[in-house]
Amino acid sequence: MGIDNLQDNSSIKADEMVLNMGPQHPSTHGVLRLKIHTDGEIVSKIDPIMGYLHRCFEKHCENLSYEQVVPFVDRCDYLASMHMDHAYSLAVEKLLDIELPERVEYIRVIIAELQRIASHLVAIGTFGLDVGAITPFTWTISDRERVIDLFEALCGARLLYNYIWPGGVSHDLSPKFIDRTIEFLDYFDKKYDEYNELLTGNPIFIERTADVGIIPADVGVDYGVTGPSLRGSGVDYDLRKTDPYSIYEKFEFEVPVGKGEMGTVGDCWDRYWVRMLEMKESMKIVRQAIASIPDGDVHAAMPKRIRPKKGSVYSRYESARGDVGFYIISNGKNVPVRLKMRSPAFCNLSILSEVAEGWMISDVCTILGSLDIVLGEIDR
Amino acid sequence: MQPDDILKILQQIEFSAPEVKDPTLEGSTEEAVAEGDIVEESVSDKVEESDRLLFDEDSQSIMVDYSIWLDVAKELKGNKDLNFDYLMCIASYDLGSDRLGLAYNLYSNHLKHSLEVKIEFESSVEVPSVASVWRTADWHEREAYDMMGTLFSGHPDMRRILLASDWEGHPLRKDYKEPDYYRGVPVPKDKTAWE
Repeated sequence: MGIDNLQDNSSIKADEMVLNMGPQHPSTHGVLRLKIHTDGEIVSKIDPIMGYLHRCFEKHCENLSYEQVVPFVDRCDYLASMHMDHAYSLAVEKLLDIELPERVEYIRVIIAELQRIASHLVAIGTFGLDVGAITPFTWTISDRERVIDLFEALCGARLLYNYIWPGGVSHDLSPKFIDRTIEFLDYFDKKYDEYNELLTGNPIFIERTADVGIIPADVGVDYGVTGPSLRGSGVDYDLRKTDPYSIYEKFEFEVPVGKGEMGTVGDCWDRYWVRMLEMKESMKIVRQAIASIPDGDVHAAMPKRIRPKKGSVYSRYESARGDVGFYIISNGKNVPVRLKMRSPAFCNLSILSEVAEGWMISDVCTILGSLDIVLGEIDR
Repeated sequence: MQPDDILKILQQIEFSAPEVKDPTLEGSTEEAVAEGDIVEESVSDKVEESDRLLFDEDSQSIMVDYSIWLDVAKELKGNKDLNFDYLMCIASYDLGSDRLGLAYNLYSNHLKHSLEVKIEFESSVEVPSVASVWRTADWHEREAYDMMGTLFSGHPDMRRILLASDWEGHPLRKDYKEPDYYRGVPVPKDKTAWE
C-alpha cells in the first residue's frame, strides 16, 4: 500500500510487466490489490497488498470488555460470523474454565454447521463466477438466503449476528426454527444434486480448474494453509476431528480430502470438491444434532461479569476458511490486555505467489477464487 | 507429548549462541504506561547463560532466549521426536517498560501435539527470523513488526503489511499515540458521530 510501491521499479527486468489487479476488482473478493509481475501472459511473482479494510480490531479489543468484543469479531469474517463468535467464545471459556449446558453446545453445533453451508455456498458461487460461470452464483446465493432467513428468525440479524456469547447463546431455539431447519435440509438435499450437474461435471469448469494451481501437501502446511484449501491437497487436518472442541466427538461425519479425481491432488477442482462434500457432511451433523438436542436453560452458565484470572490462552477453531486462532492475555481485569486473532485467510493468501507462479493471468483469478479469502478477516 | 518432555529433549542439545551484544537502551524515558495495562513479567530481567531454555509453569510454555531461537526452531521442526511442521500463530505482546514478547504456537501434524514457545526481550533487540524454517512466519513476522514494532534479523522481505508504508509508530504498543495529522490531513478525533 502507498505511493512508493508504484514507483519501486528497481527490480523490474526488461521484459517484465507489472500488472495491477484491484483494489476494485470483482475477482479479488474485496479490496485487495495484487501487484502481478508478468512475463508476457505468464505470472512470475505476485505481491498481494492488503490493509484497505484495516481498522486495528486488536487495538479496539484492548479497550473493550470481553462481552463487547463479540460484535467486533463478527465483522472480521462477515461471511461466517457465527464461526467467529463461536471461536472467540471458546477462547474466553477456555480462559474462564467453565462448563456449558448440553443444549448450548448442541445449538452452537447446529448453527455453526448451517453457517458452514452458507459460507461454502458463497465460496462455490463466486468461484464459478471467477471462471466465467454466472448461473451457479445466482443459485447458490438464493440458497444461502434460506440459511440467512433461518438466522434472521433466530436472532434478528442477517449477516452480523452477535448470537454466540461467552458462556452461552443470546436466545434459545424455538421449535419452529427446528422445523424450518429440517425443511431446509430436505430442500437442500435435492438441490445439492443439481449443483453437481451444473458445475462438478461441467467440462468447461473442469478444463478451467483441474490441474491448475496445485498446492503440494507439504508446501501447504509450511505456508500455514488450513481449512478446505489444505484438505484439497489431501491432508486430513480438520480440528473437528484432530482436536475436537465443543461436542463434535458425538457426531458421525467424514473429513473429505482431495483425491485428484479430475487432475492432480491439490488442484483448484479438488478444493472446490472438498467444499461441496463438506456441505454434505454438515447436513449430516445438523440432522444428528437436531435428532438428539436436549432441553435446558441456555443462560445457565453465562457469567454475570467476565473476569478471567491472570494468564494466557491459545484456542483454535475450524471455521469455513480454516484454522481460526485466538491468543488472549488476561491480567485479571474485565478487559483483555492483548487479543491476537490468527486469521486463516491471511495465511491462505500468503501461498498465492508460490502457487500462481508459472500460470496465466486468468488462472490467478481461479487460484484466488479457490482459496476463498475474506478481506475483512485478512485486514482485521 | 507434554511441554516439559519437549523441554527435556531440547535441553540435551547444546545450542551455541552467537555472541550477544548488550542491547543498548535508548536514553529517552518512555511515558509511564497505565499500571493495569502491563502484563506482569514472569521471568527475571536478565537471562543467565544456563537459563536460555526455561519452562513457564503458568502458561505451560517454553521460554527461549532470543539468541538461540533460530537453532531451537530448526531443532523443533527437524527433530524426529518433535516434528513441529506447522506454525499456527505468532502473537506479539507488550510487557511495558520497553519490553516486548512473542508467543509462537506450534503443532505437529504427524505426532498430533502442540507447543507454545515464548520469547521476551528488550524492544531494541533483533529477534532472529524463522521464515527460513516455517515459511508462514514470513507474513506473521511482518505483521508483528507492523503492529508491535518487533525487529527481526534475517527476514527476506521486511516491510509493513497491513498499514500504509509511510505510517509512523506501531499501534499495538501500549504507549502508542494517535497521530494528529496523516499526510497533512487532520485525523478526526471527534467520535460523537458514532459513539
